[in-house]
Amino acid sequence: MSACTTTPLTAWIEGIGFLAPGLPDWATARAVLRGEQDYAAAASVLPAPAILPPAERRRASRVVKLTLAIGLEAAAHAAADVAMLATVFSASGADGHNCHALCEQLATDDRQISPTRFHNSVHNAAAGYWGIATRAMAPCQVICGFDASFGAGLLDTLGQVIVDQQPTLLIAYDSEYPAPLHAKRDTPDCGGVALLLTPQRTARSLASLGVTTTELAAQSMPDPALEGLRRNIPALRSLPLLQLLARGEAGTVCLDYLPPMQLNVALQPC
Amino acid sequence: MTPLHLSSYTATTCLGSGLAATLAGLRDDRSGLQRCTFESVELDTWIGEVAGVDAQTLPPALKHYDCRNNRLVQLGLEADGFADTVRAAIARHGKKRVGIFLGTSTAGILQTELAYRRRDPASGALPDDFIYRTTHNSFSLAEFARDYFGLEGPAMAVSTACSSSAKVFAAAARQLALGSIDAALVGGVDSLCLTTLYGFASLQLTSSQPCRPYDAERDGISVGEGAAFALLERLPAEPASGSILLLGAGESSDAYHMSSPHPEGLGARLAMEAALRSAGLTAGQIDYINLHGTATPANDAAEGKAVSALFGQSVPCSSTKGATGHTLGAAGAVEAVICALALSHDLLPGSPQTRQLDPAISLDYLLSSRPAKLRHALSNSFGFGGSNCSLIFGVAP
Repeated sequence: MSACTTTPLTAWIEGIGFLAPGLPDWATARAVLRGEQDYAAAASVLPAPAILPPAERRRASRVVKLTLAIGLEAAAHAAADVAMLATVFSASGADGHNCHALCEQLATDDRQISPTRFHNSVHNAAAGYWGIATRAMAPCQVICGFDASFGAGLLDTLGQVIVDQQPTLLIAYDSEYPAPLHAKRDTPDCGGVALLLTPQRTARSLASLGVTTTELAAQSMPDPALEGLRRNIPALRSLPLLQLLARGEAGTVCLDYLPPMQLNVALQPC
Repeated sequence: MTPLHLSSYTATTCLGSGLAATLAGLRDDRSGLQRCTFESVELDTWIGEVAGVDAQTLPPALKHYDCRNNRLVQLGLEADGFADTVRAAIARHGKKRVGIFLGTSTAGILQTELAYRRRDPASGALPDDFIYRTTHNSFSLAEFARDYFGLEGPAMAVSTACSSSAKVFAAAARQLALGSIDAALVGGVDSLCLTTLYGFASLQLTSSQPCRPYDAERDGISVGEGAAFALLERLPAEPASGSILLLGAGESSDAYHMSSPHPEGLGARLAMEAALRSAGLTAGQIDYINLHGTATPANDAAEGKAVSALFGQSVPCSSTKGATGHTLGAAGAVEAVICALALSHDLLPGSPQTRQLDPAISLDYLLSSRPAKLRHALSNSFGFGGSNCSLIFGVAP
């Protein structure tokens, strides 16, 4: 009986996608994490998903725009065919605005909710639209771990990469609830990270990743604004790892997972 | 995949709490469906409501988890002494080495629906006693179970609508294969709420009669609720005769529509083929298929096409949703347990409420249960968003 996982779970990173308040893409986030550019706080900018037909594009919700933006950015970074990729979506909650609208209407005498609102209420709505947009028929996992969602998503992604030996795209993301739910769950804005992990090193590999569990305290971000993002948007518990990646440095970081269990991640640039 | 041992398992649905009630219901072709009188719901439909959920009292230290969904978690965990087998596994492996993998579609959203009726008239604020994290959030049932057993290992909720608690078996099997855990508490819990009852009604997918899977006159689902769990562990070198094994899992996506299945069941077929590959079995080695069989015209037509394309008409199959209702995010685990019962008690479950197989569907469909010796059973679970999962279970000779 061992207390912790001691053999690292190893995979290679081929692509990164990123979006957060003030950080519209990985190129910007990378420059900020490298210290080449100051962080400027701003609301998250969610691009219109060009992959969807115009009518769908207009109707796309914030979580759909967010996940398509970061997932497609990571796949493009790796020059991967999205139609062939297995995916793991991990989010601390579903579409908060849709949830509010449903609960508000169900509290009235007119409970005839819209069918579209209902099918958009499932936790896997963004994953469903991803499949429709990309035509990917590969396995698609959808996880919730509340504040531990990034770690939970990373562990299942490593499972698919190592056990099933398939490149897998992790899309970890969160979005906000409007009032009055916002007072009960105060995620401030949309944010997320996508990582395309592969079982073998390839010419496109950016770095290798070795994950073990630990009970050490998670690392924080030295910059207070970035630390705010790390703490307030669960997917951005990944920021210490992304900082190493941005800097192209070898090193080890401890990421928040599910106390007392944390994830120790050793990164080695290729 | 490396076969895994279901060292214990249990199910609670409208058929009753625990394996004995479930098995008796299946043998007798009994249906637990009743006319909907849930909460303040005014819909002409039938539901599968679990008795005694509201009477459950959570331990004082876990009061913040209190909601119908977590009461159903506790009711389900304590059935058949299942919780004691989890505690024994924790004693064997350690509290960091037992992982939690639970599926749900709506968790305790009923708590939020009720809180929205009690908003402050001036500010619109939700009541102080409403706690989002431990009731509504999709992870709440997994966090509750983790705290219920004092575990310190990994945990996740899978929420892919009606395939959720089939996919937990695949996720847990991966972590067991990685060596990050030595045992997994897997399962699914979903409880009745207004979102799903009015939601399926808005899609015109609820039936005004008890649901009739695969019937020519099927016209929709009966929403149910349930809690089903299994303890997955690595197989002993010589598993005891009669041990129930998880042999394979297959996952796929329809990539077609948010709330309608691919009309030819293409995604469903991919999942079943992947499960057969994962188990190292051929279609001819499957002795029973527990169909997803929701009783909507589109689901059963698409699934029927996929199953007959892959298995022909020679494999006995049935949907048990006429007995339990569609327990949504719990359906995968409920029907995994039904397969375990079928394998361990030599039973082919029937399809209560179904009177006549749809003549457009070519399957060996079981209207009534009958005894038969089974070696391998396959269970299908498909969900909104085009999420598909098939599992294959076997019995040690």
